[in-house]
Amino acid sequence: MFELIRQLVNLYGATGREAGVADAVEALVRDHVDSIRRDALGNLICEKRGTDPDGKRIMLSAHMDHIGFIVVAVEKEGYLRVMPVGGVGLAVSRTRHVSFQNGVQGVIVQEPVREGETPAMKHMFIDIGAADEAEALSMISLGDVAVYANDCFRLGEHRVAAPAMDDRVACALLVSVMQALPKTRNTVIAVFSTQEEVGCRGAKTAAYSVDPDIGIALDVTAHGDTPETKLPAIRLGEGAAVKIMDRGSISNPDLVRDLLAAGERAGVKTQREVLPFGGTDAMAMQVSRSGVIAGTVSIPCRYVHSACEVIDLRDVEAARALLLEYLK
Amino acid sequence: MELKQLCELQGISGREELVRAAIYDECVRILGRENVTIDRVGNVIAHKQGRDADAPHVMVSAHMDEVGLMVISATDEGLLHVRPIGGIDPRVLVSKRVKVGYAVPEKDGKPAQEPLNGVIGAMAIHQQTAEDRKRVLPIDQLYVDIGAKDKDEALEKAPAGTPITFDTAFTPFGDGRILARALDDRIGCYNMLRLLTCDVRGDTDFVFTCQEEVGCRGAAGAAFRLMPDVGIALEGTTANDMGDTPAVHHVCNVGQGTTVSFMDNASIANPELFKDMLALAEREGIPHQVKMSVSGGNEGGTMQRTGAGVRTCVLSVPCRYIHSPSTVCAASDIEAQFRLAKAFLEK
Repeated sequence: MFELIRQLVNLYGATGREAGVADAVEALVRDHVDSIRRDALGNLICEKRGTDPDGKRIMLSAHMDHIGFIVVAVEKEGYLRVMPVGGVGLAVSRTRHVSFQNGVQGVIVQEPVREGETPAMKHMFIDIGAADEAEALSMISLGDVAVYANDCFRLGEHRVAAPAMDDRVACALLVSVMQALPKTRNTVIAVFSTQEEVGCRGAKTAAYSVDPDIGIALDVTAHGDTPETKLPAIRLGEGAAVKIMDRGSISNPDLVRDLLAAGERAGVKTQREVLPFGGTDAMAMQVSRSGVIAGTVSIPCRYVHSACEVIDLRDVEAARALLLEYLK
Repeated sequence: MELKQLCELQGISGREELVRAAIYDECVRILGRENVTIDRVGNVIAHKQGRDADAPHVMVSAHMDEVGLMVISATDEGLLHVRPIGGIDPRVLVSKRVKVGYAVPEKDGKPAQEPLNGVIGAMAIHQQTAEDRKRVLPIDQLYVDIGAKDKDEALEKAPAGTPITFDTAFTPFGDGRILARALDDRIGCYNMLRLLTCDVRGDTDFVFTCQEEVGCRGAAGAAFRLMPDVGIALEGTTANDMGDTPAVHHVCNVGQGTTVSFMDNASIANPELFKDMLALAEREGIPHQVKMSVSGGNEGGTMQRTGAGVRTCVLSVPCRYIHSPSTVCAASDIEAQFRLAKAFLEK
């Protein structure tokens, strides 16, 4: 599992620029599904048909996109002005190493702020080592998106830190589930979705075309187990989290019960998750067409939306076992 | 149809009937009655068959509505309480002249109707305290004076729900510049009417939408009905190229061509479509600029997330003082937007 996660977190895939991740995922699941297609928003939709024509359609969604910084202008001196794509934080971004799709590297820096002024994204710039505007524009174009540069490493025995763990860890989980899943009664559609970080835009159109009976988002969730952080009541290493509710959706109670029961049958640890903020692809699936039974299985993650998002491999394995048992 | 005529028609969000009637007639004149429909929310949809049946089906949109005000009540003294329709900065409102109600020409025996003259009032400077002068008056402390003597007379002449538009004459000025109200988005409507005669490659639906300024409400139904492969929005966008604003915060510059957006608050352009559009502009020698900001939102987002998804891109004309009584743009940028949209549809 670690190798698969490392492969996927190291791929470039900013929000709206997910094609590279989709290519890699397609190669990994191609031999394990009946059909694969991409839609206008770049979602990768992989279908494994069920044996029973009256079986249900179950959509699993993990998003490929990664928050970043979009280049909106170039200063005469060659510095890039940027705006956020998704919820990037200023404090965790100062003097960070970032990289572009074409391999250009940069450092994101905050200029001095006048007294009394609140630092904002307009005070940030990226230094790519260009001498002037012309050189900068020969290296990148307006509209290119920088992301936190690759930095995947193991932390202790069971944990892994990397940028883009949100949500490539769930992409790895979904790839692994599809690789191991036998033919079942129900049709299972794995959607590797796009543009989740700007409002679950990919999942919205994917849910429309997939038209599922049940939709399960796979995503990371916040932690409550570091100093002075108490909410939510989620701890790393304590198992897969089954979401009860967040800001974007209230999970279907029967689905929550079934997922928790599947975890129990599989003999893995689970946690009940109530998140006072956030949202996942479940919110887009739930209100698609005439409504979908929706919920989320989460991987607990520390420092979400930073360059060091930390997960515990045991939680990923627990989620994998839970999902395989549920889908069976 | 000239841009001046389109800008002179009044049409706040939800009350686009005058613009719709004029555009409908023009579409029918050019494409024939069988190719033009008005849907349930009031969009005008003009269909044109493409020369290549395998080419993507395109929806082009431009919105008919403009920002304005609406009467909600009146004071005992006969002054109208109003609320904004669409995003208006209250700082631009004080002391502006407005038209209350619409200018409706005589039709089917019904006599012509004239709008009332009005002015947006606020407390005179003499009465303001030092504190008042620093404060922006919110819209619920502004009122529209139509010269009525009391509440009854005011509400008889302008009942609750009466639409109000800015009273600004369409004025060409300077070096190819235009000053007018409602340029956002009569520019797009004007260009779309001109596009009706172009030799489109794929089947194309030109949608003149309603209620964009209150959340792209018209485009949602139209896009759902049409389920296009590609969506192109023709818009007006903020040009911030003035004062001591550093060049990197200009968003775009008036007179430097149509903008192509990589992202705004409603959508991220399809990356290939964005690149194709820039390459096409380059090849055809059409003045263009990349919009240097992630701001605003428009029908690109609405179309993109309709049904199973639509590839979208937004082409805008830079407008200074957008959403104010007096918006300024360059005729050359309007032409550039038209040329790029035409080249895209014909290629």
